[in-house]
Amino acid sequence: MELGLWQVWEGGWIAAILRGAAVTIALGVASMAFGIVIGVACGLIKWARLFPLTLAVDFYTSIVRGVPELLIIYLLFFSSVEFVAQVAAAFGYEGLAGNGYAFVIAVIAIAAISGAYSTEVVRGALAAIPGGHVEAARALGIPGGRIFRRIIAPQMLRIAVPGMNNVWQTTIKDTALVSVVGLQELMRAASVGAGSTRSPFVFYFIAAVVYLAITLVSQGGFDWIERLLRPRTRK
Amino acid sequence: MDLDFIRLAVPTLAKGLGLTALLTLASVAVGFNLGLALAVMRLSKNRLVSGFAKGYSTVFRGTPLLVQLFLFYYGLGQLAFVRDNPVLWWIVGDGVHCAVMALALNTAAYTSEILRGGLMSIPGGLVEAAQACGMSRLLCFRRITFPLAIRQALPAYGNELVLVVKGTSLASTITVLEITGHAKRLMSQTFAILEVFAIAGVLYLLINLVLITLVRLLEARLTRYLPR
Repeated sequence: MELGLWQVWEGGWIAAILRGAAVTIALGVASMAFGIVIGVACGLIKWARLFPLTLAVDFYTSIVRGVPELLIIYLLFFSSVEFVAQVAAAFGYEGLAGNGYAFVIAVIAIAAISGAYSTEVVRGALAAIPGGHVEAARALGIPGGRIFRRIIAPQMLRIAVPGMNNVWQTTIKDTALVSVVGLQELMRAASVGAGSTRSPFVFYFIAAVVYLAITLVSQGGFDWIERLLRPRTRK
Repeated sequence: MDLDFIRLAVPTLAKGLGLTALLTLASVAVGFNLGLALAVMRLSKNRLVSGFAKGYSTVFRGTPLLVQLFLFYYGLGQLAFVRDNPVLWWIVGDGVHCAVMALALNTAAYTSEILRGGLMSIPGGLVEAAQACGMSRLLCFRRITFPLAIRQALPAYGNELVLVVKGTSLASTITVLEITGHAKRLMSQTFAILEVFAIAGVLYLLINLVLITLVRLLEARLTRYLPR
Protein backbone atom coordinates (compact mmCIF):
# COMPACT_ATOMS: atom_id res chain seq x y z
CA MET A 1 0.00 0.00 0.00
CA GLU A 2 1.39 3.32 -1.03
CA LEU A 3 0.51 5.33 2.03
CA GLY A 4 1.76 2.77 4.52
CA LEU A 5 -1.21 2.84 6.88
CA TRP A 6 -0.58 -0.79 7.72
CA GLN A 7 3.03 -0.12 8.73
CA VAL A 8 1.84 2.52 11.17
CA TRP A 9 -0.30 -0.06 12.91
CA GLU A 10 2.12 -2.96 12.56
CA GLY A 11 5.25 -1.16 13.73
CA GLY A 12 3.72 0.03 16.99
CA TRP A 13 3.99 3.65 15.88
CA ILE A 14 0.63 4.56 17.37
CA ALA A 15 2.05 4.07 20.87
CA ALA A 16 5.12 6.15 19.98
CA ILE A 17 2.94 8.97 18.69
CA LEU A 18 0.72 8.89 21.77
CA ARG A 19 3.81 8.99 24.01
CA GLY A 20 4.99 11.94 21.97
CA ALA A 21 1.63 13.62 22.40
CA ALA A 22 1.92 13.18 26.19
CA VAL A 23 5.35 14.87 26.12
CA THR A 24 3.92 17.68 23.98
CA ILE A 25 1.07 18.27 26.43
CA ALA A 26 3.41 18.13 29.45
CA LEU A 27 5.79 20.55 27.73
CA GLY A 28 2.94 22.87 26.81
CA VAL A 29 1.44 22.88 30.30
CA ALA A 30 4.79 23.39 32.07
CA SER A 31 5.83 26.18 29.69
CA MET A 32 2.45 27.86 29.98
CA ALA A 33 2.61 27.71 33.79
CA PHE A 34 6.07 29.32 33.90
CA GLY A 35 5.00 31.69 31.14
CA ILE A 36 2.06 32.89 33.24
CA VAL A 37 4.37 33.49 36.20
CA ILE A 38 6.68 35.54 33.95
CA GLY A 39 3.70 37.25 32.38
CA VAL A 40 2.10 38.30 35.65
CA ALA A 41 5.40 39.59 37.05
CA CYS A 42 6.37 41.49 33.90
CA GLY A 43 2.81 42.65 33.27
CA LEU A 44 2.62 44.15 36.75
CA ILE A 45 5.99 45.87 36.23
CA LYS A 46 4.82 47.33 32.94
CA TRP A 47 1.47 48.39 34.39
CA ALA A 48 2.94 50.01 37.50
CA ARG A 49 5.77 51.65 35.45
CA LEU A 50 8.53 50.67 37.89
CA PHE A 51 11.13 52.74 36.09
CA PRO A 52 14.37 50.82 35.50
CA LEU A 53 12.55 47.48 35.36
CA THR A 54 10.12 48.53 32.63
CA LEU A 55 13.06 49.07 30.29
CA ALA A 56 14.23 45.51 30.88
CA VAL A 57 10.72 44.13 30.36
CA ASP A 58 10.24 46.16 27.16
CA PHE A 59 13.56 44.87 25.88
CA TYR A 60 12.60 41.27 26.66
CA THR A 61 9.12 41.37 25.13
CA SER A 62 10.11 43.21 21.98
CA ILE A 63 13.06 40.89 21.32
CA VAL A 64 11.10 37.70 21.92
CA ARG A 65 8.03 38.85 19.99
CA GLY A 66 10.04 40.22 17.07
CA VAL A 67 12.54 37.42 16.53
CA PRO A 68 11.47 33.99 15.18
CA GLU A 69 10.83 31.36 17.83
CA LEU A 70 13.09 28.94 16.01
CA LEU A 71 16.06 31.29 16.40
CA ILE A 72 15.42 31.63 20.15
CA ILE A 73 15.25 27.85 20.49
CA TYR A 74 18.53 27.47 18.58
CA LEU A 75 20.15 30.09 20.83
CA LEU A 76 19.11 28.35 24.05
CA PHE A 77 19.88 24.82 22.88
CA PHE A 78 23.20 25.40 21.18
CA SER A 79 24.57 27.70 23.86
CA SER A 80 23.60 25.37 26.69
CA VAL A 81 24.59 22.05 25.18
CA GLU A 82 28.32 22.49 25.73
CA PHE A 83 27.90 23.89 29.21
CA VAL A 84 25.65 21.03 30.27
CA ALA A 85 27.99 18.45 28.77
CA GLN A 86 30.86 19.92 30.78
CA VAL A 87 28.87 19.89 34.02
CA ALA A 88 27.75 16.34 33.36
CA ALA A 89 31.31 15.25 32.56
CA ALA A 90 32.49 16.83 35.81
CA PHE A 91 30.05 14.60 37.67
CA GLY A 92 31.06 11.58 35.66
CA TYR A 93 28.11 11.31 33.28
CA GLU A 94 29.32 11.16 29.70
CA GLY A 95 26.96 12.10 26.91
CA LEU A 96 24.06 13.37 28.93
CA ALA A 97 22.20 14.91 26.03
CA GLY A 98 19.22 12.74 26.86
CA ASN A 99 15.55 13.52 26.99
CA GLY A 100 15.48 14.98 30.50
CA TYR A 101 17.95 17.71 29.69
CA ALA A 102 16.25 18.50 26.36
CA PHE A 103 12.91 18.76 28.13
CA VAL A 104 14.24 21.28 30.68
CA ILE A 105 15.79 23.50 28.00
CA ALA A 106 12.62 23.17 25.92
CA VAL A 107 10.50 24.33 28.86
CA ILE A 108 12.81 27.32 29.39
CA ALA A 109 12.69 28.26 25.70
CA ILE A 110 8.93 27.90 25.25
CA ALA A 111 8.20 29.55 28.62
CA ALA A 112 10.33 32.55 27.63
CA ILE A 113 8.32 32.90 24.41
CA SER A 114 4.97 32.25 26.06
CA GLY A 115 5.85 34.65 28.90
CA ALA A 116 6.47 37.54 26.51
CA TYR A 117 3.00 37.17 25.03
CA SER A 118 1.42 36.66 28.46
CA THR A 119 3.03 39.90 29.61
CA GLU A 120 1.10 41.85 27.00
CA VAL A 121 -2.14 40.05 27.86
CA VAL A 122 -1.73 40.74 31.60
CA ARG A 123 -0.78 44.36 30.98
CA GLY A 124 -3.81 44.81 28.76
CA ALA A 125 -6.09 43.19 31.33
CA LEU A 126 -4.71 45.41 34.12
CA ALA A 127 -5.16 48.50 31.96
CA ALA A 128 -8.78 47.50 31.32
CA ILE A 129 -9.69 47.64 35.02
CA PRO A 130 -11.47 50.95 35.63
CA GLY A 131 -9.23 53.29 37.65
CA GLY A 132 -12.23 54.27 39.78
CA HIS A 133 -12.31 50.81 41.37
CA VAL A 134 -8.80 51.19 42.76
CA GLU A 135 -9.47 54.77 43.84
CA ALA A 136 -12.67 53.74 45.60
CA ALA A 137 -10.84 50.95 47.44
CA ARG A 138 -8.13 53.39 48.46
CA ALA A 139 -10.73 55.88 49.67
CA LEU A 140 -12.18 53.15 51.88
CA GLY A 141 -8.73 52.73 53.44
CA ILE A 142 -8.16 49.17 52.20
CA PRO A 143 -4.44 48.33 52.37
CA GLY A 144 -2.53 47.92 49.09
CA GLY A 145 -2.04 44.15 49.30
CA ARG A 146 -5.72 43.54 49.86
CA ILE A 147 -6.68 45.91 47.03
CA PHE A 148 -4.61 43.75 44.73
CA ARG A 149 -6.05 40.50 46.08
CA ARG A 150 -9.69 41.52 46.25
CA ILE A 151 -10.14 44.16 43.53
CA ILE A 152 -7.40 43.93 40.93
CA ALA A 153 -6.55 40.22 40.70
CA PRO A 154 -10.09 38.84 40.27
CA GLN A 155 -10.98 41.34 37.54
CA MET A 156 -7.64 40.87 35.82
CA LEU A 157 -8.18 37.10 35.79
CA ARG A 158 -11.56 37.40 34.14
CA ILE A 159 -10.43 39.89 31.50
CA ALA A 160 -7.23 37.99 30.74
CA VAL A 161 -8.82 34.57 30.05
CA PRO A 162 -9.59 35.08 26.32
CA GLY A 163 -6.10 36.47 25.74
CA MET A 164 -4.55 33.61 27.69
CA ASN A 165 -6.50 31.20 25.50
CA ASN A 166 -4.73 32.67 22.47
CA VAL A 167 -1.36 32.44 24.23
CA TRP A 168 -2.01 28.80 25.09
CA GLN A 169 -2.94 27.93 21.49
CA THR A 170 0.28 29.56 20.26
CA THR A 171 2.32 27.88 23.01
CA ILE A 172 1.12 24.37 22.20
CA LYS A 173 1.87 24.98 18.52
CA ASP A 174 5.32 26.39 19.35
CA THR A 175 6.24 23.17 21.15
CA ALA A 176 6.43 21.53 17.70
CA LEU A 177 9.50 23.67 16.96
CA VAL A 178 11.47 21.96 19.72
CA SER A 179 11.41 18.77 17.63
CA VAL A 180 14.12 20.25 15.38
CA VAL A 181 16.62 20.03 18.24
CA GLY A 182 15.65 16.48 19.09
CA LEU A 183 13.21 16.34 22.00
CA GLN A 184 11.02 13.25 21.59
CA GLU A 185 7.67 15.02 21.43
CA LEU A 186 4.76 14.52 19.06
CA MET A 187 6.35 16.13 16.02
CA ARG A 188 9.65 14.34 16.55
CA ALA A 189 7.88 11.00 16.96
CA ALA A 190 6.10 11.63 13.66
CA SER A 191 9.39 12.58 11.98
CA VAL A 192 11.13 9.45 13.22
CA GLY A 193 8.22 7.32 12.07
CA ALA A 194 8.13 9.09 8.72
CA GLY A 195 11.85 8.50 8.27
CA SER A 196 11.94 4.83 9.13
CA THR A 197 8.77 3.71 7.34
CA ARG A 198 9.23 6.10 4.39
CA SER A 199 5.63 7.13 4.50
CA PRO A 200 5.76 10.75 5.70
CA PHE A 201 2.25 11.61 4.50
CA VAL A 202 0.48 9.33 6.98
CA PHE A 203 2.70 10.27 9.89
CA TYR A 204 2.48 14.03 9.47
CA PHE A 205 -1.23 13.72 8.82
CA ILE A 206 -1.68 11.82 12.09
CA ALA A 207 0.44 14.43 13.88
CA ALA A 208 -1.75 17.20 12.46
CA VAL A 209 -4.89 15.41 13.63
CA VAL A 210 -3.48 14.97 17.15
CA TYR A 211 -2.49 18.64 17.35
CA LEU A 212 -5.94 19.62 16.13
CA ALA A 213 -7.53 17.41 18.79
CA ILE A 214 -5.39 19.02 21.50
CA THR A 215 -6.26 22.56 20.40
CA LEU A 216 -9.97 21.82 19.99
CA VAL A 217 -10.27 20.15 23.39
CA SER A 218 -8.41 22.98 25.13
CA GLN A 219 -10.56 25.51 23.27
CA GLY A 220 -13.57 23.84 24.86
CA GLY A 221 -11.85 23.99 28.26
CA PHE A 222 -11.19 27.71 27.94
CA ASP A 223 -14.79 28.35 26.88
CA TRP A 224 -15.88 26.55 30.05
CA ILE A 225 -13.54 28.62 32.26
CA GLU A 226 -14.79 31.80 30.61
CA ARG A 227 -18.39 30.88 31.38
CA LEU A 228 -17.38 30.02 34.94
CA LEU A 229 -15.75 33.41 35.52
CA ARG A 230 -18.51 35.46 33.95
CA PRO A 231 -19.92 37.84 36.56
CA ARG A 232 -23.25 36.65 37.93
CA THR A 233 -25.67 39.52 38.05
CA ARG A 234 -28.63 39.54 40.38
CA LYS A 235 -31.96 39.15 38.63
CA MET B 1 32.69 39.92 19.90
CA ASP B 2 35.54 40.69 17.55
CA LEU B 3 35.38 42.76 14.41
CA ASP B 4 36.65 40.04 12.08
CA PHE B 5 33.78 37.80 13.01
CA ILE B 6 31.23 40.51 12.36
CA ARG B 7 32.81 41.14 8.98
CA LEU B 8 32.34 37.46 8.20
CA ALA B 9 28.88 36.95 9.68
CA VAL B 10 26.98 40.04 8.58
CA PRO B 11 27.32 39.48 4.80
CA THR B 12 26.45 35.79 5.23
CA LEU B 13 23.28 36.53 7.15
CA ALA B 14 22.42 39.46 4.88
CA LYS B 15 22.43 36.96 1.99
CA GLY B 16 19.45 35.34 3.67
CA LEU B 17 17.69 38.67 4.12
CA GLY B 18 16.58 38.81 0.48
CA LEU B 19 15.09 35.33 0.60
CA THR B 20 13.27 36.05 3.87
CA ALA B 21 11.80 39.19 2.29
CA LEU B 22 10.85 37.27 -0.85
CA LEU B 23 9.16 34.49 1.15
CA THR B 24 7.24 37.08 3.16
CA LEU B 25 6.11 39.12 0.15
CA ALA B 26 5.06 36.12 -1.93
CA SER B 27 3.14 34.40 0.85
CA VAL B 28 1.44 37.63 1.98
CA ALA B 29 0.43 38.44 -1.61
CA VAL B 30 -1.18 35.02 -2.04
CA GLY B 31 -2.40 34.69 1.54
CA PHE B 32 -4.14 38.05 1.69
CA ASN B 33 -6.28 37.38 -1.37
CA LEU B 34 -7.05 33.86 -0.23
CA GLY B 35 -7.90 35.18 3.23
CA LEU B 36 -10.20 37.82 1.77
CA ALA B 37 -12.01 35.17 -0.27
CA LEU B 38 -12.35 32.96 2.82
CA ALA B 39 -13.65 35.87 4.93
CA VAL B 40 -16.35 36.61 2.33
CA MET B 41 -17.19 32.90 2.12
CA ARG B 42 -17.43 32.73 5.88
CA LEU B 43 -20.14 35.41 5.87
CA SER B 44 -22.05 33.73 3.06
CA LYS B 45 -25.63 32.62 3.75
CA ASN B 46 -24.91 29.28 2.09
CA ARG B 47 -24.17 26.89 4.96
CA LEU B 48 -21.89 24.73 2.83
CA VAL B 49 -19.73 27.67 1.77
CA SER B 50 -19.47 29.24 5.21
CA GLY B 51 -18.90 25.81 6.76
CA PHE B 52 -15.97 25.17 4.43
CA ALA B 53 -14.39 28.52 5.34
CA LYS B 54 -14.88 27.80 9.05
CA GLY B 55 -13.39 24.32 8.76
CA TYR B 56 -10.42 25.63 6.80
CA SER B 57 -9.67 28.25 9.40
CA THR B 58 -10.04 25.76 12.28
CA VAL B 59 -7.70 23.23 10.71
CA PHE B 60 -5.00 25.69 9.68
CA ARG B 61 -5.11 27.62 12.93
CA GLY B 62 -5.30 24.49 15.05
CA THR B 63 -2.15 22.78 13.77
CA PRO B 64 1.45 24.01 13.95
CA LEU B 65 2.91 25.60 10.82
CA LEU B 66 5.81 23.14 11.06
CA VAL B 67 3.43 20.18 10.67
CA GLN B 68 1.75 21.82 7.68
CA LEU B 69 5.12 22.51 6.11
CA PHE B 70 6.37 18.93 6.58
CA LEU B 71 3.04 17.49 5.44
CA PHE B 72 3.26 19.46 2.18
CA TYR B 73 6.99 19.07 1.58
CA TYR B 74 7.61 15.47 2.62
CA GLY B 75 4.07 14.09 2.68
CA LEU B 76 2.75 15.33 -0.68
CA GLY B 77 6.11 14.62 -2.30
CA GLN B 78 5.54 10.96 -1.53
CA LEU B 79 2.29 10.69 -3.49
CA ALA B 80 2.63 9.44 -7.06
CA PHE B 81 -0.02 11.65 -8.65
CA VAL B 82 1.68 14.76 -7.23
CA ARG B 83 5.01 13.71 -8.69
CA ASP B 84 3.50 12.98 -12.07
CA ASN B 85 1.66 16.29 -12.30
CA PRO B 86 4.17 18.93 -13.45
CA VAL B 87 2.32 21.88 -11.89
CA LEU B 88 1.91 20.25 -8.49
CA TRP B 89 5.49 19.02 -8.54
CA TRP B 90 6.70 22.54 -9.37
CA ILE B 91 5.06 23.71 -6.14
CA VAL B 92 5.89 20.80 -3.85
CA GLY B 93 9.24 19.72 -5.25
CA ASP B 94 11.09 22.94 -4.48
CA GLY B 95 11.75 24.14 -0.92
CA VAL B 96 11.06 27.81 -1.60
CA HIS B 97 7.85 27.19 -3.56
CA CYS B 98 6.60 24.76 -0.96
CA ALA B 99 7.39 27.15 1.90
CA VAL B 100 5.51 29.95 0.12
CA MET B 101 2.50 27.68 -0.35
CA ALA B 102 2.46 26.54 3.28
CA LEU B 103 2.92 30.07 4.61
CA ALA B 104 0.27 31.46 2.26
CA LEU B 105 -2.31 28.81 3.20
CA ASN B 106 -1.49 29.34 6.88
CA THR B 107 -1.67 33.12 6.86
CA ALA B 108 -4.87 32.96 4.77
CA ALA B 109 -6.60 31.28 7.72
CA TYR B 110 -5.52 33.98 10.18
CA THR B 111 -6.18 36.77 7.66
CA SER B 112 -9.70 35.47 7.07
CA GLU B 113 -10.46 35.76 10.80
CA ILE B 114 -9.05 39.31 10.94
CA LEU B 115 -10.94 40.45 7.84
CA ARG B 116 -14.12 38.75 9.00
CA GLY B 117 -13.99 40.90 12.11
CA GLY B 118 -13.56 43.97 9.91
CA LEU B 119 -16.41 42.98 7.59
CA MET B 120 -18.76 42.29 10.50
CA SER B 121 -18.05 45.69 12.05
CA ILE B 122 -19.69 47.50 9.12
CA PRO B 123 -23.14 48.89 9.99
CA GLY B 124 -25.89 47.21 7.97
CA GLY B 125 -27.39 50.59 7.12
CA LEU B 126 -24.42 51.45 4.92
CA VAL B 127 -24.89 48.37 2.79
CA GLU B 128 -28.64 48.94 2.61
CA ALA B 129 -28.08 52.53 1.53
CA ALA B 130 -25.69 51.34 -1.19
CA GLN B 131 -28.31 48.86 -2.40
CA ALA B 132 -30.98 51.57 -2.34
CA CYS B 133 -28.72 53.67 -4.58
CA GLY B 134 -28.74 50.78 -7.03
CA MET B 135 -25.15 49.65 -6.56
CA SER B 136 -24.42 46.11 -7.66
CA ARG B 137 -23.07 43.79 -4.98
CA LEU B 138 -19.58 43.89 -6.40
CA LEU B 139 -19.57 47.68 -6.61
CA CYS B 140 -20.88 47.92 -3.05
CA PHE B 141 -18.12 45.59 -1.87
CA ARG B 142 -15.45 47.54 -3.71
CA ARG B 143 -16.56 51.02 -2.75
CA ILE B 144 -18.24 50.61 0.66
CA THR B 145 -17.60 47.33 2.47
CA PHE B 146 -13.98 46.59 1.65
CA PRO B 147 -12.44 50.04 2.32
CA LEU B 148 -14.20 50.26 5.68
CA ALA B 149 -13.35 46.68 6.64
CA ILE B 150 -9.67 47.05 5.80
CA ARG B 151 -9.44 50.25 7.83
CA GLN B 152 -10.89 48.42 10.82
CA ALA B 153 -8.69 45.35 10.39
CA LEU B 154 -5.37 47.02 9.62
CA PRO B 155 -3.85 47.12 13.14
CA ALA B 156 -4.54 43.41 13.66
CA TYR B 157 -3.24 42.66 10.17
CA GLY B 158 0.02 44.40 11.03
CA ASN B 159 0.53 41.85 13.82
CA GLU B 160 -0.21 39.04 11.39
CA LEU B 161 2.47 40.37 9.02
CA VAL B 162 5.03 40.13 11.83
CA LEU B 163 3.91 36.54 12.44
CA VAL B 164 4.43 35.74 8.75
CA VAL B 165 7.98 37.15 8.89
CA LYS B 166 8.65 34.95 11.90
CA GLY B 167 7.01 32.02 10.13
CA THR B 168 9.44 32.27 7.21
CA SER B 169 12.17 31.07 9.59
CA LEU B 170 10.56 27.60 9.47
CA ALA B 171 11.49 27.37 5.78
CA SER B 172 15.02 26.69 7.02
CA THR B 173 13.80 23.26 8.16
CA ILE B 174 13.08 22.27 4.54
CA THR B 175 16.52 23.21 3.22
CA VAL B 176 15.77 26.85 2.35
CA LEU B 177 18.72 29.05 3.31
CA GLU B 178 17.10 32.25 4.53
CA ILE B 179 18.27 34.20 7.59
CA THR B 180 17.61 31.45 10.13
CA GLY B 181 19.06 28.79 7.82
CA HIS B 182 22.29 30.74 7.47
CA ALA B 183 22.26 31.52 11.21
CA LYS B 184 22.00 27.85 12.13
CA ARG B 185 24.83 27.00 9.77
CA LEU B 186 27.05 29.73 11.19
CA MET B 187 26.24 28.68 14.75
CA SER B 188 27.38 25.12 14.13
CA GLN B 189 30.44 26.21 12.17
CA THR B 190 31.79 28.97 14.41
CA PHE B 191 30.21 28.23 17.82
CA ALA B 192 29.72 32.00 18.20
CA ILE B 193 26.10 31.38 19.09
CA LEU B 194 25.15 34.58 20.86
CA GLU B 195 26.82 36.77 18.25
CA VAL B 196 25.05 35.06 15.37
CA PHE B 197 21.76 35.22 17.23
CA ALA B 198 22.23 38.95 17.86
CA ILE B 199 22.98 39.75 14.21
CA ALA B 200 20.14 37.58 12.86
CA GLY B 201 17.80 39.00 15.51
CA VAL B 202 18.65 42.57 14.50
CA LEU B 203 17.89 41.72 10.86
CA TYR B 204 14.48 40.31 11.80
CA LEU B 205 13.72 43.27 14.04
CA LEU B 206 14.64 45.60 11.16
CA ILE B 207 12.23 43.84 8.79
CA ASN B 208 9.48 43.96 11.37
CA LEU B 209 10.16 47.62 12.12
CA VAL B 210 9.88 48.51 8.44
CA LEU B 211 6.65 46.53 8.07
CA ILE B 212 5.06 48.02 11.19
CA THR B 213 6.03 51.53 10.07
CA LEU B 214 4.47 50.94 6.65
CA VAL B 215 1.27 49.65 8.25
CA ARG B 216 1.14 52.68 10.57
CA LEU B 217 1.61 55.05 7.61
CA LEU B 218 -1.14 53.29 5.67
CA GLU B 219 -3.38 53.43 8.73
CA ALA B 220 -2.73 57.16 9.14
CA ARG B 221 -3.55 57.65 5.47
CA LEU B 222 -6.78 55.67 5.65
CA THR B 223 -7.95 57.53 8.76
CA ARG B 224 -6.83 60.98 7.63
CA TYR B 225 -10.40 62.28 7.97
CA LEU B 226 -10.16 61.84 11.74
CA PRO B 227 -9.09 64.79 13.89
CA ARG B 228 -5.69 64.35 15.49
